[in-house]
Amino acid sequence: MATTADHFQAHPEDHGHHAEHKPAFFARWFMSTNHKDIGTMYLIFAIFAGIIGGAFSGMMRVELNEPGIQYLDTFARWFGAVNPDFNTTLHTWNVLITAHGLIMVFFMVMPAIIGGFGNWFVPIMIGAPDMAFPRMNNISFWLTVAGFCSLLCSAFVPGGTGNGAGTGWTVYAPLSTSGSPGPAVDFGIFALHLAGAGSIMGAINFITTIFNMRAPGMTIHKMPLFVWSVLVTAFLLLLSLPVLAAAITMLLTDRNFGTTFFDASGGGDPVLYQHLFWFFGHPEVYIMILPGFGIISQIISTFSKKPVFGYLGMAYAMVAIGVVGFIVWAHHMYATGLSVNTKMYFTAATMVIAVPTGVKIFSWIATMWGGSVEFKSPMVWAMGFIFLFTVGGVTGVYLANGGIDDVVHDTYFVVAHFHYVLSLGAVTALFAGFYYWFPKMSGRMHSEFLSHVHFWIFFVGVNMIFFPMHFLGLQGMPRRYPDYAEAYTHWNHIATVGYMVMAFSLVIWFINIIYAFTAGKKVGDNYWGEGATTLEWTLSSPPPYHQFETLPVIGETVHH
Amino acid sequence: MTGVRLKSLIRHGRSKEVEAQKTMTLGKISIGAGRVRRALGLSLASVLTFAAPVMAQDAAAPSAGSYTPMKPTPGIGMPVDGGINLQQQFSPTGEYGEWLHHGLLWICLIISLFVLALLAIVIVRFNRRANPVPSKTSHNTVLEVVWTLAPVLILIGIAVPSIDLIAKQYKPAPKTALTVKVTGNQWFWTYGYPDNGDFEVISNMLNIPGQPVVNNGVREVGSKPWDGPSHLEVDNRMVVPVGEPIRLQITATDVIHSFAVPSLWFKLDAVPGRINEKVLFIEKPGVYYGQCSELCGAKHGYMPIAVEALPRDKYNAWVLTHAGAEIDGQKKPAAAAESAAAPAAAPAADASEAPAGEATAEAE
Repeated sequence: MATTADHFQAHPEDHGHHAEHKPAFFARWFMSTNHKDIGTMYLIFAIFAGIIGGAFSGMMRVELNEPGIQYLDTFARWFGAVNPDFNTTLHTWNVLITAHGLIMVFFMVMPAIIGGFGNWFVPIMIGAPDMAFPRMNNISFWLTVAGFCSLLCSAFVPGGTGNGAGTGWTVYAPLSTSGSPGPAVDFGIFALHLAGAGSIMGAINFITTIFNMRAPGMTIHKMPLFVWSVLVTAFLLLLSLPVLAAAITMLLTDRNFGTTFFDASGGGDPVLYQHLFWFFGHPEVYIMILPGFGIISQIISTFSKKPVFGYLGMAYAMVAIGVVGFIVWAHHMYATGLSVNTKMYFTAATMVIAVPTGVKIFSWIATMWGGSVEFKSPMVWAMGFIFLFTVGGVTGVYLANGGIDDVVHDTYFVVAHFHYVLSLGAVTALFAGFYYWFPKMSGRMHSEFLSHVHFWIFFVGVNMIFFPMHFLGLQGMPRRYPDYAEAYTHWNHIATVGYMVMAFSLVIWFINIIYAFTAGKKVGDNYWGEGATTLEWTLSSPPPYHQFETLPVIGETVHH
Repeated sequence: MTGVRLKSLIRHGRSKEVEAQKTMTLGKISIGAGRVRRALGLSLASVLTFAAPVMAQDAAAPSAGSYTPMKPTPGIGMPVDGGINLQQQFSPTGEYGEWLHHGLLWICLIISLFVLALLAIVIVRFNRRANPVPSKTSHNTVLEVVWTLAPVLILIGIAVPSIDLIAKQYKPAPKTALTVKVTGNQWFWTYGYPDNGDFEVISNMLNIPGQPVVNNGVREVGSKPWDGPSHLEVDNRMVVPVGEPIRLQITATDVIHSFAVPSLWFKLDAVPGRINEKVLFIEKPGVYYGQCSELCGAKHGYMPIAVEALPRDKYNAWVLTHAGAEIDGQKKPAAAAESAAAPAAAPAADASEAPAGEATAEAE
């Protein structure tokens, strides 16, 4: 490693040569300190993890296609069970839901949207040559990978009634303590520790970079909104993840060292765990969506050929969402027996979040209003995002009501809601960002036709999966059930068909990537034209290995 | 308020169709009247009229053997095929909640359609061909204030009834209310009746034909005429009196479970080491199904809840089928003596059919 560092630093005066001098394969990809390479690795990792997490959801959807247990027995064998009994078979279901949740949250959305796009474009957008702590950037990534390995390991070791951690991604005590003997849950907790440590370091890195490495003239109020979104997200990570780390450490000691933090028989309280978890967990949902907001703002401004409407309002709406996001956690716990006043407070506080979110939706529309909108693939995805996120947002206002939550809490209505904001919101934003920046990152243009086809099939598919879940939830179908009463068959079947439609759209996406790398046209610096005004469009595609050897100067009149 | 009216209707024995079925289903809309007829034909009202004469006989002297589990009405207290809306509600908070639910859904729908309409206008009017020269407007203070304040007003409008609903739900039960202790276990429920001699009912899901055995020694669903839907029906239901507040005290022995009955607007976690308390008020006699709603391990999906609400006299009759049962502090032997005087041969036969383990023990 010392050699690599020497290699980079030995001839700082030798600029022209230095900029394109890439280290050899191993040093470049395994000891990387380059924000673009690390960003690329994050993206590849997220795609890989997403395929696994998505395959798990496919396994769940085929099982849920009709009532009764059809495939879980086979899946249990895949996780190493020999002649599984019925409990082991059912345990496999809980492993699937747990792994799906953890993978999608910690190893797909977060690495892609913060580690991937954040690493790639935050330094470039503020005119910085790299992140503030390049080597910490490297360890952030590899800790995430190590965490993922730990999570995968957990699926093959005993976790109570069968192999794997079957606690749900929330890891509620006492199911995760006395309820799950065996090392699987410990592996799962370790996975969260590693990924969490990686994310905290990433957050420190982003905050330092954004505060200290902006190019001359790039004031805080001139930063592109994507940078703003990552800055707010980094603060959320920094403040919330340590609480998660504490909570799951307490789980570990409850499990292994005889403490009773969450065990009433020793003076502890299982509900305390939920408070700690959701103090992290609610900011976490904004961690996943805020960078998506940033991406959407860039795209809408670019393709409307207009500056973002109400820039300051947009930036501070994200700050407001971040701040209020910390004081609404117990709306995930309305059914735990909170006191009346607590329930009323969390109802009111949660609804407040709708206000800055509304500001964002309306500002995006106002940005397009009066614009000369070009419906290139990123723009189509961004507009899809606005609609889908609105649907997920309004059901969020619905769910904020503690009195209403008594009937829909822990039903498929909640599943529908958070997949509308995450699976359809954050993931749609990810695809929008992918099509927006993929040619910049790779230097080659994807097929616009395939991108549009991908969008429409994806759009139909995800709505088929998740819209019927509102109906199922209102009818009372609980979450995390491998089997259900016959009355729920119809909409579950529709959702399973929708999954296949969605999966087909991903095939088109992969074909598009292959097309781009094999036959895609080489692109210039600014392939989206006049509307693309941020700094990444001043660089070549792909950008030089080290950009901004001479810092760009941002003029007084420039605004985003 | 509707709740009070409904209750008095039932009390006065005017058991006509109080309310048409409100549960919306796509199936009903598209397929036609067949399902509607089936649901209405077996509606609760008809069950009640049938039961009324029997009730009158038993009212004077509740006998040990006079309980037969109630046959549920299809589509009532349970999900309906292809249903897209809430289950029909049978509690005062449920009716209030349903009203708020509908209001909220309309607000959700209107906002979503409004955003969709704006996007459509952008697509039509502000595309590259229709509007080749983009404006450079990026501020409009009035507009920004409006779209901040309008949501605030809408949210205040939502918050007022919403907070009121929470307050109503958590009115504590009157001192005289019947207490039922609900305990979640991996993976069954137990129901204790401290006001009736502290007997306990163990409630297991009935096994599903053609599927692996979930509970050993428990029969298959559909083998008794009163069995409800598979996945939801249990061997011993939680029986409670109708039309009066019931104090549910909910806890768990191992991990967290959640006691949830959608048609009664009820969901409260069963947390080990804690007792959560809330009032349950059921307006109409019937069987209301629910399912455990907090992940509790392997058989989380197989510990349903079945609440059977009966008029007080029938409830008392059910109570007396249990060992050590008491009514108003009176021990069972007195009641049993009364019932012995009455010809109780036929009900006794019913009791032997009854699946409740405690019940059969006591009928002898």
